Amino acid sequence: MTSTTVDTLRFATAGSVDDGKSTLVGRLLHDSKSVLTDQLEAVERVSQSRGQDTPDLALLTDGLRAEREQGITIDVAYRYFATARRRFILADTPGHVQYTRNMVTGASTAELAIILVDARNGVVEQTRRHAAIAALLRVPHIVLAVNKMDLVGYEEKEFERIVEDFAGHAAELDLPGFTPIPVSALAGDNVVDRSTRMDWYECPALLRHLESVPVGGDRSGEPARFPVQYVIRHAEIRYYAGQLVSGSLRVGDRVTVHPSGETSAITGIDVLGEDAREAYAPQSLTLRLADQRDVSRGDMITTGADVPSLTRDVRAAVCHLADRPLRVGDRVLVRHTTRTVKAIVKDLAGAAELSANDLGRITLRTAEPLALDDYADSRRTGAFILVDPADGATLTAGMVDLEEAGSHA
Amino acid sequence: MPEQALPQQALPQRALPRHALSHLDALESEAVHIFREVAGEFERPVILFSGGKDSIVMLHLALKAFAPAPVPFSLLHVDTGHNFPEVLEYRDHVVAAHGLRLHVASVQDYIDRGVLRERPDGTRNPLQTVPLTEKIQAERFDAVFGGGRRDEEKARAKERVFSLRDEFSQWDPRRQRPELWNLYNGRHAAGEHVRVFPLSNWTELDVWQYIAREGIELPEIYFAHEREVFQRAGMWLTAGEWGGPKDGETIEKRQVRYRTVGDMSCTGAVDSDAVTLDQVIAEIAASRLTERGATRADDKMSEAAMEDRKREGYF
Repeated sequence: MTSTTVDTLRFATAGSVDDGKSTLVGRLLHDSKSVLTDQLEAVERVSQSRGQDTPDLALLTDGLRAEREQGITIDVAYRYFATARRRFILADTPGHVQYTRNMVTGASTAELAIILVDARNGVVEQTRRHAAIAALLRVPHIVLAVNKMDLVGYEEKEFERIVEDFAGHAAELDLPGFTPIPVSALAGDNVVDRSTRMDWYECPALLRHLESVPVGGDRSGEPARFPVQYVIRHAEIRYYAGQLVSGSLRVGDRVTVHPSGETSAITGIDVLGEDAREAYAPQSLTLRLADQRDVSRGDMITTGADVPSLTRDVRAAVCHLADRPLRVGDRVLVRHTTRTVKAIVKDLAGAAELSANDLGRITLRTAEPLALDDYADSRRTGAFILVDPADGATLTAGMVDLEEAGSHA
Repeated sequence: MPEQALPQQALPQRALPRHALSHLDALESEAVHIFREVAGEFERPVILFSGGKDSIVMLHLALKAFAPAPVPFSLLHVDTGHNFPEVLEYRDHVVAAHGLRLHVASVQDYIDRGVLRERPDGTRNPLQTVPLTEKIQAERFDAVFGGGRRDEEKARAKERVFSLRDEFSQWDPRRQRPELWNLYNGRHAAGEHVRVFPLSNWTELDVWQYIAREGIELPEIYFAHEREVFQRAGMWLTAGEWGGPKDGETIEKRQVRYRTVGDMSCTGAVDSDAVTLDQVIAEIAASRLTERGATRADDKMSEAAMEDRKREGYF
């Protein structure tokens, strides 16, 4: 199977402790024949030395000493596997409340999230939290995997009860929809192969669903957004290097540089060493412009009339990630595309502070204007992080809400 | 029921969107973005260069990222003193061809000065950490590119693209910064540095397919050739001054190739007839062993061998 005809799905898993998430991932890798002999032998060796008679598939993914000792997943692990239909990048994220920030990490680049529940416990607080994060980060596809069906007698009514409960929460969260699948990760039901023990379930097994869900690969039709990463000077020519986030660019296009508002025209496009007439997202490229403009890292180049909002008042939904709380009045750095600016936290929707793993709303006042899109329109130019200016720690994940701001035309 | 009634047969063939990048183009674009982020944010970056395929691909991507200007980084080789001669030759040739600056941190120097002690098993891979981290401090490198891939090993699967190291170069997997979207946070205090992994999302097969597509030259040891080897712990090791073979181990001539390039004392060869890139790719696609499981003795020392070395500052 060659690389050119197969696309890639990035997906993330989320589940509470002991929902069997590591076992599900292990089963997915094992039954899709993505585990190689030496990896399986290592798992068998360790399982045996612990007195287990069957290999513990969770050991395939729990890669850290502390994870194996405690039997929990602490940090995101990325897995790579492929079937004949598709390549997969799996962000295997922890379920424990204190590691919620790592689910946010995994979900930020995911096009699909699997939210796992234990069929015996149904929807619990962590399930609702995971659904809320998936909704906030606008993960396009959600799977509700109802696991441990073997422990509830493979009963349809148990599954239906949980699906109904989750649907109620999903509606409140504005989740676009979800696909429920009854599974047993331990026994292998409906993970890679359809289960014969749940005849009442007529849809595809999990892997088949992952193979067939549409991925939005083409952003070339959207408005062009080109954050300048780096200026290359060579033989007295300036090349503006960056990765085209969305849209396409052509030689001759009129461009606007934000925040200065200066305009120019594209005289040359170079796609990694090759001269090109046009380029499209997400290519990395360099641009040459007709006029000697003061363009540097952090600037945003756009074409056409659909331009980002230029503002110093940023309103956004946030997930606070750091252990130290975020308070009104805090001085922070905002990192948006390639630009970093100083800012003050003006408001937290009435709250005095946000603690680790809290979801909330924020208003920031920045020292310089940012060229923002709504996160609903772009998961790249509508996203930012807050950074602690003292020690550089990543504090908060932000998703721009322009509608909330209202006043920006 | 006839087979075609199964739901998987009914799925339509999906067509890629008109402007979707191929898998390799997407990986290339992402890696170039990472190189340029480092160039934009750091003062003194360096690329770890072993002459192995991953670091060779890294250098190729860096050349593309800054074309037509030269790569704005120097290279750093951690020299175990047990190198394959073909790989050293390749290294020097590449450095000269691109007008690059090469720093060398030498394990042999540390042993000669009595700072490091040779291990009883003769393996020098774990000894690389001290010369590496001291060189980083001495040269005040603030960003260090590594060719590590997350598919290599389960501790590496936990690694961020930008990975902050403290003034002792230590990695604390429980205190990693969350890494969201492609907003890489490289802020660090003086004395700290960031390890950067542009090939994080590449697999072994991706690396080989990219080498084939780009026509990148490699050291000869990656292709099948006749070689004097002996067997130890299920691997074919090359005889040499580093301490092999020992009593009871016999040298024989075999047709082999290497899947990884590391210290000679712990990097094993595999039996192979693959003499072209296409044959190598076919062989890897069919292999039931991981790259490291097949050829790296140092990773087999314990269940957490890689994690423990990484915590100490290993790449």
